[in-house]
Amino acid sequence: MESALRDPGMALAEQLPPLTAHAAAVEADRCLYCYDAPCTHACPTHIDIPRFIKKIATNNLRGSAATIFASNLLGATCARVCPVQELCEGACVLGADHKPIAIGRLQRFAMDYAREHRSYPIVKAESTGKSIAVIGAGPAGLSCAGELARLGHKATIFEKRQMAGGLSTYGIIALREPVEVALEESRMIESLGVEIKTGIEFGKDVSLAELKRQFDAVVLSGGLGSTPSLGIPGEEIIIDGLEFIEASKTDPANLQVGRNVIVIGAGNTAVDCATIARRLGAERVTMVYRRTDREMTCYEHEYDFGRKEGIEFRFLSQPSRVLLNDGLPAGLECLRVELGPPDASGRPSPQPVAGSEFVLPADQIVKAVGQNKPVLAALLGLETRKGFIAVDSVFQTSVAGVYAIGDCIRVSGAASTVMAVEDGKLAAAAIHRQLVSAPAPLEVS
Amino acid sequence: MADLRINFAGIKSPNPFWLASAPPTNSGAQVHKAFEAGWGGAVWKTIGAPVLNVSNRYGAWHHGRQRMLAINNVELISDRPIEINLREIAEVKREWPDRAVIVSAMVDSKPEAWREIVERIEDTGADGIELNYGCPHGMSERGMGSAIGQVPEYCERITRWVMEAATIPVIMKLTPNITNIVLPARAGVAAGANALSLINTINSIVGVDLDTLELTPSIGGKGGHGGYAGPAVKPIALNMLASLGTDEIVSKSGIPISGMGGIATWQDAAQFLLLGASSLQVCTAVMHYGYRIIEDLCDGLSNWMDEKGFKTIPEVVGHSLHRVSEFKNLDLSYRAVARIDRAKCIKCNLCYVACNDTAHQCIDLISPQGGVVEPSSYDVRSNGKREAVETRPQPQVREPDCVGCRLCYNVCPVDECIAMVEVPSGRSAVTWSELSQDQTPVTEDWEAMKDYRQKVGIDIH
Repeated sequence: MESALRDPGMALAEQLPPLTAHAAAVEADRCLYCYDAPCTHACPTHIDIPRFIKKIATNNLRGSAATIFASNLLGATCARVCPVQELCEGACVLGADHKPIAIGRLQRFAMDYAREHRSYPIVKAESTGKSIAVIGAGPAGLSCAGELARLGHKATIFEKRQMAGGLSTYGIIALREPVEVALEESRMIESLGVEIKTGIEFGKDVSLAELKRQFDAVVLSGGLGSTPSLGIPGEEIIIDGLEFIEASKTDPANLQVGRNVIVIGAGNTAVDCATIARRLGAERVTMVYRRTDREMTCYEHEYDFGRKEGIEFRFLSQPSRVLLNDGLPAGLECLRVELGPPDASGRPSPQPVAGSEFVLPADQIVKAVGQNKPVLAALLGLETRKGFIAVDSVFQTSVAGVYAIGDCIRVSGAASTVMAVEDGKLAAAAIHRQLVSAPAPLEVS
Repeated sequence: MADLRINFAGIKSPNPFWLASAPPTNSGAQVHKAFEAGWGGAVWKTIGAPVLNVSNRYGAWHHGRQRMLAINNVELISDRPIEINLREIAEVKREWPDRAVIVSAMVDSKPEAWREIVERIEDTGADGIELNYGCPHGMSERGMGSAIGQVPEYCERITRWVMEAATIPVIMKLTPNITNIVLPARAGVAAGANALSLINTINSIVGVDLDTLELTPSIGGKGGHGGYAGPAVKPIALNMLASLGTDEIVSKSGIPISGMGGIATWQDAAQFLLLGASSLQVCTAVMHYGYRIIEDLCDGLSNWMDEKGFKTIPEVVGHSLHRVSEFKNLDLSYRAVARIDRAKCIKCNLCYVACNDTAHQCIDLISPQGGVVEPSSYDVRSNGKREAVETRPQPQVREPDCVGCRLCYNVCPVDECIAMVEVPSGRSAVTWSELSQDQTPVTEDWEAMKDYRQKVGIDIH
């Protein structure tokens, strides 16, 4: 165990093992095959879940995977990262007095089969001669480009990073989704005829004007901005949470992890950072949050998971200063917080108590306090809504022919992979309607 | 505590459960072990003519992950030398005097062959003989087993030969592979058999292997029909048992019937008793789980009998036979409708699709606001467990339109969620038999039927 903890590859290996064929069949048989099933309603992409599960039960795995792909091209990622407790499994009719069907695990089983057998969707639609530029190869962009390809359009994705996949590749901890799964998913999208150009930064290497000239439509799916600044002395020594996770995925062997780590924040990303630190050998990991467990933005199951990992929680504490020793972190000074009346977010406002400073010792501090609003909107002069890119009901921005999808438009609701995938799918259908002036088929195989 | 003892045609056993003549009673060591576990009796695996067996002799029908809802076999009668069988039978009977030891036999259709086997069986001290007229595979090709059982005249003739020779009770075992089970049963009565038993296995092919395209099981690339048994055949066995119990000749003769065919639990056992079996035989369930199942067979039956106030097995036997009827005697005015318990309903909506696709289209989906809605009528952007659960419509029966077909009741996965509730039809009781007698045109002419329906108020939608 000790050596496993020290080996980053082992410590961060995908946590849930794949279901065995037998376990999958047993679980699939347990599904009641509800009519007009609530799991399908709860899934943002409305995968016909009972249908794909029954196909597992009859050992028609190719058909099962095809059923998932029909509604969601990123089924492999979603099977791993979806908060199923809040979505499909949370709506399972067996949940009330029994145990919901393990829909996520079953979907992964079908998607693993598809990956191992290269049983991917095949594009049959006739080419429309239309071309669309997609900015960002994250889940929204990949989904949109893939769906456009299925409708017969030529989609080209411009991605500033070296690898495609966006947060699936860089931001989801390997415990949940190994890098290879995300990359293979991108390759599958490419196999549909989508071109992914990596290492090209929108706004720098290529401009909107250029793209508008070359393509029939442009889709913005660039996600969110950087982590906001805390505005406290010593912040420059604090490690950015997303970069911490990225390093754990792309170069785990060289990721430096302290013995006594503090993670600032209490969202899902913060739990992920704390988990990595813990798994890679930190003796003590403390999450510092200015409100309480009732206001935490991470999912309940993530909180439970964190506690089981041995992560400690320090609530009602607001960081005020990083203490340094020879230029290295020595601790985090915080103020005690009392909760006041609700603020703009609807949650009780944290009110630091003057003179209540105390110090939490730490030799490494990571912050995961959300992401800034997308900067793109301002750069391109697009209309915004609460800082996000404003779009109409068909994902078109204030500029005709320019669409936006994914986290960069997520004014309300949870920013999640599956929501991004659905955006991509719906936007593709809208663009298709726009470009060919004909309704897109409801379901494309 | 209920008294489970039986006296079946003079054969006594401490409980009604006997192992059927089959692989579980192939040897003295096995039967000894079974008696230690508590079995009341055993019908020894059929002895008789020399045979050789094949590999892959058992097939099975599985459903989902439920294994062996039925077994299918091409195993022949005992392939152990007859002398060894007879010696072991004698040893077991000596050691277990209170248990029923019955020997199944099957020989060539010659009087001397049957006389000889009867005498050799009697020499062992066995309590009875069962005549195997049912084996549907292999032996039937040699003019034995079901080749006899399918021809009532043969059954009668051979049973007469046996009855002339036998001094211990003789049970004639019937094959279900026949159009009318009553005819061979009557033949048994006519020949003076002491008892009947049924059912033997049913002709069957279990399936085809979708990789090799050979039959399953494949015996060197070939296969064929085998004898089908196990839980899946129980309803067929119950029907045949009830057919005998309601046949005038068979029931008036008072001949006892040993029932078998898919008994796996005490509930199955109680049902066989209620429909007229006075001893019970079990095979497939034992082949699935071993001899140990006898414990709950006895325990469960005993508890149920206590609960129902039955003190002895004979009190149970045939108790439900008077409920067996023919369609023509059913009350056409009896009306029941399905009612869904809203509190128990989990909204799987399986009743809805079953009713609307395949039955009588009388279940609606009702939204939480109270209106009738179509399936999948939510907006494409709606998602999440809360929206899915809180807006999920619930099935509700339109009772005036419900014909009481009972399909929804059968598909509902929740116990006691859908009830078939008797409602007054407003019509006086009448059977088809009465109609055809008193109002013949109604049963022969659609126009007359239309008038009749209008008169009594039967609306077919």
